[in-house]
Amino acid sequence: MIETLEYRYDAGERVMRRAHVGVVASGNCEVLLEPAQGEHAAIVVRTSVTGYGQTWHAVLGRFFERNPVAVRIEINDFGATPAVVALRLEQALESAR
Amino acid sequence: MDPAWSTRRGRKSERLARVSRLVRNGRFDTDDALEVLQALIEPGDRVCLEGNNQKQADFLSRMLAEVDPQHVHDVHVLISVIGRPEHIALFERGIASRVDFSYSGPQSLRLAQQVADGRVRIGAIHTYLELFARYFVDLTPDIALVAADEADAYGNLYTGPNTEETPTIAEATAFRDGVVIAQVNRIVDRVRRVDVPGDWIDLVVLADRPYEIEPLFTRDPEQIGDVQVLMAMLVVRGIYERHRVRSLNHGIGFDTAAIELILPTYGERLGLRGEICTHWVLNPHPTLIPAIESGWVRSVHSYGGELGMERYVAARPDVFFIGRDGSMRSNRAFSQTAGLYATDLFIGSTLQIDRDANSSTATLGRIAGFGGAPNLGSDPHGRRHTSSAWLEMTSSDEEIRRGKKIVVQLVETFQESGVPTFVERLDAVELGRVAGLPIAPVMIYGDDVTHVVTEEGVAYLYRARNIDERRAALAAIAGVTPIGLRANGRQTAQLRRDGIVAFPEDLGVRRNEANRTLLAARSVRELVEWSNGLYDPPKRFRSW
Repeated sequence: MIETLEYRYDAGERVMRRAHVGVVASGNCEVLLEPAQGEHAAIVVRTSVTGYGQTWHAVLGRFFERNPVAVRIEINDFGATPAVVALRLEQALESAR
Repeated sequence: MDPAWSTRRGRKSERLARVSRLVRNGRFDTDDALEVLQALIEPGDRVCLEGNNQKQADFLSRMLAEVDPQHVHDVHVLISVIGRPEHIALFERGIASRVDFSYSGPQSLRLAQQVADGRVRIGAIHTYLELFARYFVDLTPDIALVAADEADAYGNLYTGPNTEETPTIAEATAFRDGVVIAQVNRIVDRVRRVDVPGDWIDLVVLADRPYEIEPLFTRDPEQIGDVQVLMAMLVVRGIYERHRVRSLNHGIGFDTAAIELILPTYGERLGLRGEICTHWVLNPHPTLIPAIESGWVRSVHSYGGELGMERYVAARPDVFFIGRDGSMRSNRAFSQTAGLYATDLFIGSTLQIDRDANSSTATLGRIAGFGGAPNLGSDPHGRRHTSSAWLEMTSSDEEIRRGKKIVVQLVETFQESGVPTFVERLDAVELGRVAGLPIAPVMIYGDDVTHVVTEEGVAYLYRARNIDERRAALAAIAGVTPIGLRANGRQTAQLRRDGIVAFPEDLGVRRNEANRTLLAARSVRELVEWSNGLYDPPKRFRSW
């Protein structure tokens, strides 16, 4: 079963380009990032592991607190740990800047 | 000799007399093993079984588990690792009722059940060195059951690269008139090398099959992920480079295997060859091959051997400890002593850490023990020789001062199962209560831990000026675990300015570089290539 989660955060900083990091493999996740126009970031998470909405919110919240970038992000997750997710987000941002 | 002063010797003669009809030239037949054990062992005896996480005297333990509990009962088992099913059968069948040990990984669940059912009482969960030490004080064995590769007509034993604790157990038992029995894979005219002298050995038996041994220290680089590479980079820059760590021990695990594999790439680029990681106390980890071949490693002393590494190790006598016969010599007691007293650093992983950095791999329902970590991951207060790394751990400028061993816990903030590593209270506390242990089975005490590393960064706990600062530093790198969510952004920023916490960017570690391409070998096959074909991985690690 796949769970879909959506999040929005206030964000004003811009990024230059799209980025795609990671793969959908066991214990891993794929992050697709693209620049957005408005004053917020929108994230869609599709995950094979249900019931971790709070943890996703905490991981994403911390990321956007540190990096308030206006982006659209799609995450396809196959049981990645918060460490893997955070690393993929940082890597995507580094590539997009 | 006055018999009043040699009662142990008298008892030993009586024991041996009971089996004399089955023994010729110090040997008994494989088929008589059960009968011999049953006749030798008396109720209440302390029986030391050679069983550790590598070599196992499994023929003798299987035979012991079959003795008649009417005759042999209330045995007190002394064993490094409760690792085999028949070890538990000793309690189930009423042969043994007490145990003192170090580790019980594979049998941890069944052991907990036996304790709950009241079939066995645990004396203590020891460090290896502590357990060996007690063999020479208050837990001297009456009977020792050990394993070797070869025995000759004089009872001399050759143990190959897996000498491990055989000489230690034999010495403690032989010199206080206990009976030492060795199971061997082969009987030969002349052993290749004497690892244990024959006059410490009372009886030899040819085992029904070679002793069991596990390739416990082999980590397949295929399974190392980018997060492990990131944490390895943080360790190299934030700890090894900063403190110039030269002598060290690595726990087993993919996290530390990743460090070994980025030395020849990342470490090389930082110009650290010859500056860090030169002297190791470590089993022959296959993942260390690229660093050895690249000239990083001056010496390695080992607790035991590693399956498949025999030819490679034998071909590198400048690095490893090799006998005149050409095979490696290991010794768990000396290697643990080396890891305790002579290394700058220990780094290992764990399942749980509390807010004071106490850690444990014990979880509810499992009495697992800890192997070498509690010994290696503790500061020996008696150390006198200095190194720059050791001295850096204290800031005192008083006339009389001492340094401290660097003890690092390296963990992801969450386990793969989604369970947080940082917890309010270790499961070990409840486990200790349920198992009736007088103290909670903590693996590494928080006050010994100098650094904690997660994917978020490094907490330099030894620099914290008080308990609040220490807890805040730990919370700052604990991610989105309940402990981590307590971190306060302003305080974290101050801790970073004070050098008590470092994030990757503070250490010049770029997350985009945290990639498997940084591993000097990305598969077992590449490890074989690095070894010029000298490493023979066990079948289960061959995918080609």
